[in-house]
Amino acid sequence: MEFVAQHPILVVSLIKIVVLLFLLMTALAYVTWFERKVVARIQSRIGPLYVGAHGLLQPLADGVKFLFKEDVTPPAADRFVYVLAPFLALSLGLATIALIPFGPATIMVLGVPTQMGIANVSLGLLFVFAITSMGVYGVALAGWSSNSKYPLMGGLRSSAQMVSYEVSLTLSVVGVVLLAGTLNFNDLIAYQSGHWRYVRFLPHWNVIPQFVGFLCYFISAIAETNRVPFDLPEAETELVAGFHTEYSSFKFAMFFMAEYANMITVSCLATILFFGGWLSPFPERWTWQLYIPGVGLILGGILLAYDTAMNQRGIARIQLAVVTIGALVIGAACLLPSVMPVVQGPFWFLLKLLGFLFFYVWTRGTLPRFRYDQLMDFGWKFLLPVSLANLVITAFVVMVLNR
Amino acid sequence: MTLPIILFFVFAAIAVIGALMMIFFREPIHSALALILVMVALAVLYLLLGAEFIAAVQIIVYAGAVMVLFVFVIMLLNAGEEERTNISKLAHYVGWPLGIFLTVELVYWMLRAPIGARATTATIAPGDPTRDLSMLLFRSYLFPFEITSILILIALIGALVLAKRDS
Amino acid sequence: MNEIPISYFLVLSAILFGLGVLAFVFKRNIITVFMAIELMLNAVNLAFVAFDRARGGPHDGWVFVFFVIVVAAAEAAVGLAIAITVVHNRQSLNIERVNLLKF
Repeated sequence: MEFVAQHPILVVSLIKIVVLLFLLMTALAYVTWFERKVVARIQSRIGPLYVGAHGLLQPLADGVKFLFKEDVTPPAADRFVYVLAPFLALSLGLATIALIPFGPATIMVLGVPTQMGIANVSLGLLFVFAITSMGVYGVALAGWSSNSKYPLMGGLRSSAQMVSYEVSLTLSVVGVVLLAGTLNFNDLIAYQSGHWRYVRFLPHWNVIPQFVGFLCYFISAIAETNRVPFDLPEAETELVAGFHTEYSSFKFAMFFMAEYANMITVSCLATILFFGGWLSPFPERWTWQLYIPGVGLILGGILLAYDTAMNQRGIARIQLAVVTIGALVIGAACLLPSVMPVVQGPFWFLLKLLGFLFFYVWTRGTLPRFRYDQLMDFGWKFLLPVSLANLVITAFVVMVLNR
Repeated sequence: MTLPIILFFVFAAIAVIGALMMIFFREPIHSALALILVMVALAVLYLLLGAEFIAAVQIIVYAGAVMVLFVFVIMLLNAGEEERTNISKLAHYVGWPLGIFLTVELVYWMLRAPIGARATTATIAPGDPTRDLSMLLFRSYLFPFEITSILILIALIGALVLAKRDS
Repeated sequence: MNEIPISYFLVLSAILFGLGVLAFVFKRNIITVFMAIELMLNAVNLAFVAFDRARGGPHDGWVFVFFVIVVAAAEAAVGLAIAITVVHNRQSLNIERVNLLKF
């Protein structure tokens, strides 16, 4: 106890880790629900509907189903690596969230002032890339240890793909680093505060000077997370299910969660690097923007209340009523003068994050899959030269402007 | 026992155990996993020494790229267990004593190093160490830096020529 | 008392280097022999970083680590390409089967 008392940072960090992990796991579950709903709407369907109102309890039902399925291990598999791979994939997918800052405000945990986010590392961006670069192992080892031909092909394809696209992913971000002159997330966001001198309504976000870099980043990020249209490792028409063909039950669910965790990570990075992180798009002198989170939530709550009263019957009505009251209470709490400044950062951050996740789902619902050779050609012969050219031009401009 | 010392011993133990596992595992992919463990443990030790940038580069380049290449080649060649031969038995009887002798001697000379008696704080080095490093790299060591880029180009072409099958 | 003696790091580096040499001697597989070389390079890097820390001042030690890492990456690429060629010609990963130039 004395040891812990000497290092209060340990306890505070532990509390922050537990809270953030719980939130992240819930978010992962509901991103699947979000994806299914949006893809269904794109394809003129309705999507999950029966478990809970609007299928809101569907993720829970999926989780229970995964837990109670039989856990099959192929007899020829390398048991240790076979079990290790999904754990590696999921833990590396979740670990990056430790470096992401969610807001500028300092909050008090157990009387210790601390920032929103687990750690503020001076080389945060590099460490995020360090963790994501390890993410290949989960996929490669899963493919190898299954000792079966489709997973092996899927594993080889995906490791080649992830290593190739990691190069352009990293290079496309260097332009932003050159502009801001730092690798720390807080400083990177601080660089983007304010507005342009001549076009005063445009926020000073990196997406404007670095638009090419942003495009390269986002395309490589989709490939890096093995999503449509670059989901070659899982191309079911060719490879059954790619590297996780042999996985069942909760191990399969872990790969699934790892994929969504990686999606959230790269979307967080895009938000921070190109869209100003927690900054609001409006000038600071417009003080009415402080009411946006609270009023937005209350309006959403009113819409939900209308839906509850008019369209829902039976148990779904009670469930949706609970969600409605939750939204209204949180919205009202966001209007309290002591809470208002604290929620601004997380609100804008999560809004931008949701925008990116919607974009991910949108591409999935719209684009067909690439062929494997097209994918490699695109990565090495188009994306890499473009991001390199962007880097050289940015370096030149920064040098001329700093002169 | 303070926090940095505990961290040091935990990760030093992980590194040594990982290196031993690399020797004793017969399946190449298990050896590769053990080596990745050593590299990650070393990255944490670099953090204890205040070398944040080197720790990040260690993981990105070694664990994230070089070892992925190893794992990839092992998967591609489908390398099975190692076979034992007569010469490896010889290595078994002569190698252990010689290796242990070498290790002991290295430890002895490392302990006698005059610099070793100094202690370090487990904090980030003062100033902006990453900035200092880039200044060194692009000013004092600019020529070696450019030479390495040529080295990498040569390695790239060499690997391509070697691995390409005649068609 | 947040201090760790530099000699701890140096001893760890020596032990890891010794284990790397042992692995290099024992391993019969081309790929694991390469891994043993990587382990030795890692041990040397640890010694560089530790000496750099003890010395203070400009971080010349880190520059050397940087170069070692770059050279190791290049070496791994070429070495593994050689391994692939050897396997295509000899159908074995065992280094003792690669004895055409042996007297």
